[in-house]
Amino acid sequence: MEESDAKPRRQRSRSQRWLVLVLLAPGVIWLAVFFVLPLLQMLSISVSTGSLETGFTGPPEYWDLSNYADLFSRYSSNFRNSIVLGGFATVFVLLIGYPIAYAIATRGGRYKNLLLMLVVAPFFTSYLVRIVSWQTLLGPEGPLLSLLRNVGIASDGFTMLGTPAAVVAGLTYQLIPFAVLPLYSAIERLDPRLVEAAEDLYAGPWRFGYAAGALAGGLLFGGAIALLSRSTPPPTTILVAALAGAALGSLLVGRCMSESFVRVLLPLSAPGIFAATLLTGIPALGDYVNASLLGSPDTQMVGNAIASLFLVQNDYVSAAALSFIGMVVLLVAVAWYTRAVGAKRVLEDAV
Amino acid sequence: MAFTLFAIGVLMVPIAVMVAFSFNDPRGRFNYSWNEFSLDAWLDPFGVPELATALGNTLLVAGLAALIATALGTPLALALTRSRLRGKGAANVLVLIPLATPEINFGAALLAFYVATVTVQPWETLIPKGVLFPLGLNTVLIGHVTFCVSFVVITVRARLLGFPSSLEEAALDLGATRWVAFWKVVFPLIRPGILAGGLLAFALSLDDFVVTNFTAGTEAMFPTWLFSLMRRELPPQIDVVGVMIFAISVSAAIAATVMASRNVQVAATAEGEIDRA
Repeated sequence: MEESDAKPRRQRSRSQRWLVLVLLAPGVIWLAVFFVLPLLQMLSISVSTGSLETGFTGPPEYWDLSNYADLFSRYSSNFRNSIVLGGFATVFVLLIGYPIAYAIATRGGRYKNLLLMLVVAPFFTSYLVRIVSWQTLLGPEGPLLSLLRNVGIASDGFTMLGTPAAVVAGLTYQLIPFAVLPLYSAIERLDPRLVEAAEDLYAGPWRFGYAAGALAGGLLFGGAIALLSRSTPPPTTILVAALAGAALGSLLVGRCMSESFVRVLLPLSAPGIFAATLLTGIPALGDYVNASLLGSPDTQMVGNAIASLFLVQNDYVSAAALSFIGMVVLLVAVAWYTRAVGAKRVLEDAV
Repeated sequence: MAFTLFAIGVLMVPIAVMVAFSFNDPRGRFNYSWNEFSLDAWLDPFGVPELATALGNTLLVAGLAALIATALGTPLALALTRSRLRGKGAANVLVLIPLATPEINFGAALLAFYVATVTVQPWETLIPKGVLFPLGLNTVLIGHVTFCVSFVVITVRARLLGFPSSLEEAALDLGATRWVAFWKVVFPLIRPGILAGGLLAFALSLDDFVVTNFTAGTEAMFPTWLFSLMRRELPPQIDVVGVMIFAISVSAAIAATVMASRNVQVAATAEGEIDRA
């Protein structure tokens, strides 16, 4: 009895292994050929010499690391812009996305799906058409500036388009759903009774709320004014902005955040925050379309340099090197962040 | 909640601007400032040279990319969730890395690869000239399929993890072949996931600018065509097309949601019947 049972089962497992390989093969081969191979090819071109016309000579016969030598100094402002503008956009997306996701998850009731749909709806049109709308909105004759001029807040020479702030605004807008969706699914999973339990155990208002809010708000507002203006503003302006931010931050955080939120719900939603940071940070740091359409020559990011080297100057060797460096910097940042959060499994959970 | 509703309102503002400016009769060549109400653009939505071609190309590539990515991604998701094969970890990483790679690096690498097929050995002899270079619709399609596959895999996998493998094992124990068990049990349950993955791929491809910009060459694709047009003129037809894409996508998303919820109900009753049996 046992013998006759064992044989078909072994056959079944062998045929199953074949089946799994057949299922895996097409997708794996496709990704290997059209994803891994191109990245390796780019790495190889980055240490080659030559051009589109003459062809490239590269490894193993020829190695030239000099393409990498002056990339950081040549493109220092691009790297700075990517980090500052992409970083601010990521922070703003999280600050705006978290309350949205929190409210929908905890108070959405039977309108949860409808509200999520409304958050995502603006992204159902073409990416570039959305940026065109932003250009119209922020433009010198757009509705927003006309309104501000009529009310008398903005002077005639005041512009919004072409500033670093416009690039950050555009990026923030484009990336909000990438933060709201993972945050929502992380918060929605939490048991609301956790809050009741925390309150039963004497969780009250958050004691450090006012101080923490003031610190965060001050840094954010001061930093934003200092780094996102067209030209560096005088120190008094930065100070005023920082003080205003501190007041606003302390009021918001001190009033709205209870101990049960800070010590229970916030840490438990960390997987969502982690996923949201990656999903917004990676595109934000790699972006170049917002920077070129909403910004000015002073707001060019690493992506702009890569795109122009590849598509305008046809300097494939430098372009490949810059692209490779950019990617390595980002992967190191992601790896560091993953370690810092201690969230190896989180990524798997999130996807 | 007040903040959320306010935020949703703000998110809608650019859409409102798009709708409003599709009815504008701009003074110059650029549709950036409001002049007066007009139906001209709506009565002649494709009255800009090359607009129809570019939009057609984009829709064609999006449709094909969704089909191919779904065909490649669904089996991949099945194999990754329902087996204990060695090397599964590596395949998992292969699926996840494209999600962590900025589009610009992938697009640039793909362009470098296409260029290499005509300038670097051994590709020069392996791949005949004209297959991957010069660039065209086929090279755009390859790029779009590649970044869509991962999204299909995670969407279908989320669905597969949503029900226990005991359902298909029950079918196998009751004498069904693997083929029958798949088509009668697994496939109906994951169909909403496959549909959602396909729609997501379609939307991502339709929306993509960066990879398209690197792989399209001189081929007119809607986003890249618009990008170069914007330096010379911005006719109101662009907003009209934007509103059309918006309307079509929203109705597709609503249809998919309705279908998915109906399928969930079917699956739930099926599960209930199995439990009772």
